[in-house]
Amino acid sequence: MSTLSEEFLRRIREAHTRRALSWGERIYLPAIAQGLWVTSVHFWRNLLLHLAHRLGLFRHIPASVTIQYPDQQRQTSPRLRTRHRLMQREDGTPRCVGCMLCETVCPAKCIYITPAEHPDPNIEKYAKSFDLDLGKCVYCGYCVEVCPEDAIRMDTQRHDIAAFSRDGMWLDIVELLHPGSKHPTDPPKKFVQLALEDFRQLKRERPT
Amino acid sequence: MVTDLLIKLALAGTVLFAVLNLAGIQTWVERKQSALMQDRVGANRAYFTVPWWLGGAPVNWLLRKLGGLGLLHPLADILKLLTKEDFIPATGNRVLHAIAPWLSVFFALIAFAAIPFGDRLMVCGRTIELQVAHLDAALLYVLALASIGTYGVILAGMASGSNLATLGGLRAASQMLAYEIALGVSLIGTIVWYGTLDLQQIIRLQGTSPLGWGFVAQPIGCLIFMTAALAETKRVPFDLPEGEPEIIGYFTEYSGMKFGLFFLTDFVETVLVASMTTVLFFGGWQVPWLPADAFSLNVMALLGVAAFTLKVAFFLWLFMAIRWTLPRFRYDQLMRLGWKVLFPLSIANIGITGIVRLVVR
Ligand code: SF4
Ligand code: SF4
Repeated sequence: MSTLSEEFLRRIREAHTRRALSWGERIYLPAIAQGLWVTSVHFWRNLLLHLAHRLGLFRHIPASVTIQYPDQQRQTSPRLRTRHRLMQREDGTPRCVGCMLCETVCPAKCIYITPAEHPDPNIEKYAKSFDLDLGKCVYCGYCVEVCPEDAIRMDTQRHDIAAFSRDGMWLDIVELLHPGSKHPTDPPKKFVQLALEDFRQLKRERPT
Repeated sequence: MVTDLLIKLALAGTVLFAVLNLAGIQTWVERKQSALMQDRVGANRAYFTVPWWLGGAPVNWLLRKLGGLGLLHPLADILKLLTKEDFIPATGNRVLHAIAPWLSVFFALIAFAAIPFGDRLMVCGRTIELQVAHLDAALLYVLALASIGTYGVILAGMASGSNLATLGGLRAASQMLAYEIALGVSLIGTIVWYGTLDLQQIIRLQGTSPLGWGFVAQPIGCLIFMTAALAETKRVPFDLPEGEPEIIGYFTEYSGMKFGLFFLTDFVETVLVASMTTVLFFGGWQVPWLPADAFSLNVMALLGVAAFTLKVAFFLWLFMAIRWTLPRFRYDQLMRLGWKVLFPLSIANIGITGIVRLVVR
């Protein structure tokens, strides 16, 4: 046992002591030449590729790794946890049954649900209002995991989440059901309460 | 007499125009070249549009294309620097604080007066040397001005009234002192070899064949000169005086266009160093292997100017590549390199050059 740990210690010490540089390394010039070679190869390759791209050649070989963000979007994996959305039933009413599991499990306590009785005896309740404060959300995905009805998902592929105020990070039930319906500059609406008929009306206005 | 004055003024104007533009374009080259070296795209967003009575759509199309190349970024830079608040610390010396950047840039610019950028022109029976000031001791003149430029740096640090800036100024001073000496001594080899201080004469002696150029005759001197000169321009890997965010530099208390002037000085000095390298070690305006009587005198002179510009452009590219390749030295490494490596090497270079010169002669 002791020999093993001694061996281990010796190796650590060895790794921490610096090797003496050879004469060739100390005059530093070969290393500079090597470095210049590497960067120059990149320079000329990218320069020629950029020029070729202007002429419409070799478009499939990228000349830079840059994604011109607002103009180009990065392809993200469908598994990526992105902004939330609520799923709808066929008539546009939320699939959520107001079981409060997600509000309970949420570690950031950023989900606020007001349930209401559903006229259909087969469905227990529905969410009259469903608010999510993205400013607090930590994107843990527990709400998605816990939902018994698959009513909340994090698959909108939207990660351009920005607002002009903390309140601007607030998502009401309309925005959650129909992602993208609220413009970033719109004043935030909180605790919007909707009846079942309102949901159907919304769906008719926005056939998606 | 008046004609002479006008000719000199025209020459000076040309040189000033070329140097300042080269310095301005370097900000673009710096951005784009570093971007290409690091697989990025680089600056490509700044552009502006003009109303219809200034040309409208076609001009705007051109502007958008130029903006896409990042060429309008220097304009945006200048606009930003000019509109920024000019801040002078309460503890600083207002006069010196204002003078320092001008000192830096002034001495960097007038050093170009002695740089020969072409052979003789013959216009209306008058011979024009393509050199603003034909000095017999042009080499000394350039070296002297490079040394005076240090004052701007030290003054900037001292006049800021901030301890950190003062330390930055002192650091800059000690670095420039260390490399100044290596710079000067490394050139003694060249002086011994060509036996003259006249830059125009040095270029003529190098001849058209690249085998006769300074870097063949003075390989060690050339290397030492380039290293020390890079250190003089205070750019990476020798940018300890300036390391803005981490080790506070001498111009920390500067904002707006005064800060811009320090940056301009850097770029102007880079051009100066590139020109000096070209003149002393790479044949100046000599076109490689072009016989002296290939064309008429004026065409030859213009070709020479073109060759000189190309060579300078190459060295600007090289210095930029070095700047974006190497990490910064640590301060003790910097001093060791300056005092313990470059200085003894340059002394040895004098001895070796002297012996070889005797033997060859
Ligand atoms: S992802 Fe996590 S923090 Fe965000 S709402 Fe869901 S449970 Fe709450
Ligand atoms: S867990 Fe699902 S069904 Fe339950 S309240 Fe949350 S979203 Fe609605």
